[in-house]
Amino acid sequence: MVVTRAAGAAFFMSVKIIELTNFEKRILLMLNTLKLLKVFIFLICCACLVSCSEQPETIKITFIGPLTGGVSAGGLGGRNSADLAVSLRNQSPETKYKYELVPLDDECKPNIGVQVATKAAADKNIVAGVTHYCSAVAMGTVDVYHKFGLPVIVWGAVLPDITYGNDHPEIHRVNGTMINQNMVAAEFMIAQGFSTWAVIHDTTDYGKGHFKYFEKALIEQPGAILGTFGVNPDQQDFTAELTKIKALNPEVIYFGGLAPTGVRIRAQMDKLGMSQVFQGTSGIVSDAFIDGVGDLAEGVLAFREGAPTEKLPGGKMFIQAYQARGFGEPAEAYGAFAFAATDLIIDVIEKVGPDRNLIRDELNLTQGHESIVGPVTFDSHGQNTIALITKYVIQDSSWVLWEDSEYALGKRSLK
Amino acid sequence: MDLGFFAQYLINGLVQGITYALVAVGFTLFFGVLDVIKFSHGDVLMLGAFTALALFLGLDRLSTPTWLSLTIMLCLGTLTMALLGALLCKFLVLPLKESPPLNTLLITLMFGSVIRESVRLFFPNGSNPKPFPALLPETSINWGNLNLRLDSVILIFTGALAIVLTHLFIQKTRMGLAIRAVAQDEETARLMGINFTKTVLMTFALGSGLAALSGISTGLYYQEINFSMGLMLGVIGFSAAVVGGLGSIYGAIVGGLLFAFLQTLGAIWFSVPAYKDVFAFTVIIMLMAWRPTGLLADRSAERV
Repeated sequence: MVVTRAAGAAFFMSVKIIELTNFEKRILLMLNTLKLLKVFIFLICCACLVSCSEQPETIKITFIGPLTGGVSAGGLGGRNSADLAVSLRNQSPETKYKYELVPLDDECKPNIGVQVATKAAADKNIVAGVTHYCSAVAMGTVDVYHKFGLPVIVWGAVLPDITYGNDHPEIHRVNGTMINQNMVAAEFMIAQGFSTWAVIHDTTDYGKGHFKYFEKALIEQPGAILGTFGVNPDQQDFTAELTKIKALNPEVIYFGGLAPTGVRIRAQMDKLGMSQVFQGTSGIVSDAFIDGVGDLAEGVLAFREGAPTEKLPGGKMFIQAYQARGFGEPAEAYGAFAFAATDLIIDVIEKVGPDRNLIRDELNLTQGHESIVGPVTFDSHGQNTIALITKYVIQDSSWVLWEDSEYALGKRSLK
Repeated sequence: MDLGFFAQYLINGLVQGITYALVAVGFTLFFGVLDVIKFSHGDVLMLGAFTALALFLGLDRLSTPTWLSLTIMLCLGTLTMALLGALLCKFLVLPLKESPPLNTLLITLMFGSVIRESVRLFFPNGSNPKPFPALLPETSINWGNLNLRLDSVILIFTGALAIVLTHLFIQKTRMGLAIRAVAQDEETARLMGINFTKTVLMTFALGSGLAALSGISTGLYYQEINFSMGLMLGVIGFSAAVVGGLGSIYGAIVGGLLFAFLQTLGAIWFSVPAYKDVFAFTVIIMLMAWRPTGLLADRSAERV
């Protein structure tokens, strides 16, 4: 009754002035406000619809690697490379989704690695991961990814058990393993005329794994290991171990571990007047090793899966794009693998959509996928079947391909 | 064993042992005068090394000669940590003098964490190991299988000299007499007109300065320092002081050398040298069970 009268009053207001009670005025005001509110809500909905139709959905991919600590050089190079892959894809007009990289720091420590892996895997907005440079960390986290169903591609860790030690369909790896690396290393060193080794390895899965596969490779060759020394990766003093090795008098000191420990051992060899050849693994192929050792780095040997970045199929494009972004840190040895892993994940998401299960299944079907590190084919364990191993030697403070070095040409000698 | 290799192990162990002894002397001094365990001692050592490194980086830009850089690094690095030690004592340790010893232990432990994390967060790229400049002569002499480097010899003598000077300071000077008096009986020392606060602050400055010297020596020898280097050195230094006899300088020296000897022995014996610390600490535990007051603990009331 009151409402009808108020509405009627609103109609006659423009025609003639009539007397309204205070209550009727309030009702009139409320009706006008409601009308305005409806219009406002309608406009907001329209704006939202328009903006939603213009902005593609944002898909999160995590990158996990050592961003601080002794091996952070490799981790930062990997993160930058993954970030480059994401930004290049975001710039492409053909991309269906907008991608966001979520970088997390595992500090190359298994306990920290499990924490950040759990954090990433528990976040439902993250659909896949490019994970781990350190084998010990990767070994600790594979079960986490399996439990949470997060598909990941390992971009740097080389321990075979990461892919071959489980049947988790979520775990994949673009880089090769240490089995081939050590086989090539043993064959090469014997071909150079060396026959006796002393082995120092850190007691992590990475170091122990290298020792295991190098020893296995030497059994098939005419080489002998005179002594083996498992050391703590945080250890600072190696003089006692090196003095013992000095007494054994091997021709080569094989080191299975990462750059910081390698730097200490090589520097302390000099303090004891030891001139043996220092043979490392992929873990020391980094500028940080040369910076840390200085002139003593000359003639140090190491082996790594894949080929040097500039010689990879998409290496030149990658190097140019990396330099154009002006990152503060170099891409390092495994940067190209982090790029390839990220790019592969994005390709799969573009194909099957941002669903963890679909991404996992599609990744497992990967056959001959073109990438900057060459064609990627995952076997039944998610392992890329790369067998290419590159031999490196440090010449004039830089890592040089053995074939291109003056050592190979006979101008310089290792012994 | 070949004599040359034996001598090599001995030299390696001596360099380490002197480093541990310098840290242990600090622990023993603090316990002597105030009956406190300063658990930030290892982190003060680390900060001393980082201060010296920062000074070097600054001096290097000014193209300062090596000998002058080294002298400035040693003097300023040591003095800065001595000052930090005195401030720590004045503002954190002395105010808690009447509270349970556990409080002092905890507050120094937390202060150590603050130092460590601050270096990690605020020193440029502080979470990564830092190359330390090789400023000592690298000349070496070969005697059979012994490779004797001049830098090792210099570091052994510098460490030994620092300990001897500390001993002479405590035994021959008026301040040393005051430290001994406070260590023996605080009340009586006060009654005799000894400035208690000044004496305690001086002791903390002395111990912290020695820690800084140990940190710089470690950097010069291994040519690398990192933000967590003080953790293990602190634990080893404390163990060395306890096994030698807390409160006895001779005990600290014996403890430091003993620990280095055990580590070397462990590395020689075990095929996995990573067990050497397990071996060394196990022997220390057994020694402590055998002599709970330490090997050379002063049985009289006098300490330090």
